[in-house]
Amino acid sequence: MQNINDPKQLLVSAIESGTVIDHIPASTLFKVIKILGLDRIRNQITFGTNLDSKTDGKKAIIKIANKFFEDDDINRIALVAPNAKLNIIKDYKVIEKRVVSVPDHITAIAKCMNPKCITNFEKVTTRFRVVSKKPVALKCHYCEKITDQERLEII
Amino acid sequence: MKSRSLVSIDDLSTDEIMQILKLAAEFEKDPIRDILHGKVVATLFFEPSTRTRLSFESAVNKLGGKVIGFTDSSSSSVTKGETLNDTIRTVNNYVDLIVMRHPIEGSARYASEISTVPVINAGDGANQHPTQTLLDLYSILKTQGTLDGLNICMVGDLKYGRTVHSLLIAMSQWKTTFNFVAPEELMMPEEYKLYLNHLGLKYNETTDLNEVLNTADIIYMTRVQRERFSDPMEYEKVKNAYVLHDHMLSETRPGMKILHPLPRVNEINPDVDANAKAYYFEQALNGVFTRQAIICTLLGLK
Repeated sequence: MQNINDPKQLLVSAIESGTVIDHIPASTLFKVIKILGLDRIRNQITFGTNLDSKTDGKKAIIKIANKFFEDDDINRIALVAPNAKLNIIKDYKVIEKRVVSVPDHITAIAKCMNPKCITNFEKVTTRFRVVSKKPVALKCHYCEKITDQERLEII
Repeated sequence: MKSRSLVSIDDLSTDEIMQILKLAAEFEKDPIRDILHGKVVATLFFEPSTRTRLSFESAVNKLGGKVIGFTDSSSSSVTKGETLNDTIRTVNNYVDLIVMRHPIEGSARYASEISTVPVINAGDGANQHPTQTLLDLYSILKTQGTLDGLNICMVGDLKYGRTVHSLLIAMSQWKTTFNFVAPEELMMPEEYKLYLNHLGLKYNETTDLNEVLNTADIIYMTRVQRERFSDPMEYEKVKNAYVLHDHMLSETRPGMKILHPLPRVNEINPDVDANAKAYYFEQALNGVFTRQAIICTLLGLK
C-alpha cells in the first residue's frame, strides 16, 4: 500500500483529519458523492478524478475533512464503487483502513430497471435483496425482477 | 400464515399450501356455507380479467359474503389520476378483504404494505398470480392423488408464461420431472433451469410435442401468442406445432390430465374436450373451491 500522504505522489492535497475514499472508479465518482450526500454537507472536500491507477484503470479519490462514516453508511457506495478503500486520517496519518462490502439489502438507493415496476410509477421507496454481490444483482422486493450491474441506476 | 396477504406463491410454506389444498377439498364437498356472512370483499380489477373475477365473486357469494368493486380502471377514480396508494387507503375502510388485479408489477406487494385488510393478488402484470398456482396444484393433487414424483409436461409459451413459472417453482418442492415443449424463441428462461439444476430436479427440453406426451402425468398447455415473436415468419412456422388434438392422446397414460389456465384460443382442438383426459373446465371449477379456501385462511375463518 502506498503512503497516500507521500508528497511525491500527492495529487490531491492532504487532510489533517477525516476520511479518504480511494479506488473509486472515475466513472462513478459523482454517484458516490450523491449517495453519501457529500453535495449537501459543509465539510471541506477535495477530490481528484481520472487519476492513473495500477489496478483500476482510471480512478477517483475523495478527501473529506473531519468526516467519519459508519459502516452502514459507507457500504451504500459498494454498489458503484465495490473496490473502494477508506483511509481514516488523524494528524495527517492513516490510523485505520477499511474496505466496503455490499450489504444484503439495499433500500432507497437503486432504481428498479423494470419499466413496469410499481416503484417507477408511484412514490415507493425502492427495496432490493442482494442476490449476487460480484457482479452485483438485485432482486426487487416489489416486482421480483433482477436489476444487474450493467443496468444499475442510482436514484 | 407469515403474512395476512397473499401476493406471491413464495409467501406460502409447503405446509401452508397443503393446508389450503385440504381446506379446498372440504369446500368442494360442501361449497355453500355462511362463513362470510356480514363480510364485504372488494374486487379491484384495474384491468379486465373476467374469469378470475367471476371465480372470486362466486367464491365469496357461495360463502354468504358480499362483493363490491370495479371491473376495469376506466370505471374507477384511477382515470381521474388517483394513485394506487390513495385507492387502497380508501377502499380498505369499506371492506374486510381486497382482491386486486393490476397491470403494474409489484403493485400487489405495495398494496399489501399499505392496506389495513388482507390483499389477494389476482395478477400483477407479468409478475405473480398465486391463486392460479394454488388451483393448479389443487387440480394436480385431486387428479393424481399426490404432488410427489409426477411428470409434468409444460407446452407453449414458456418464456413469458407467468403461470408456468409459478407452477414450476411450486412443483419443485416435490420430486417432479419436467418436460418443456416450446418453440426456440419461447423456451423456459435460463434462471428457472438453473433453479432446477440447483435442486437436482430432472428436466428435458424439446421443440417436438409428440416426443414427450406419453410419459406425462400432467400436460399443462399455454397459448403461443403472435405478439411474442420478433419475427412474424417464425410465428407462422410454429403456430400449429403446439396444438393438441384428440388423436395425439391415444398412447398417453390412463390417468393423465390436460390442464390449461384458460382462455384457450386454438392450442387445444375442441375434439379434445370430449376426452376424459381433458380437465381444463373442471380446473376452472376447482378455482372457486381453492379461492374459498384462500379467502377463509387469510381471514382466519373456517
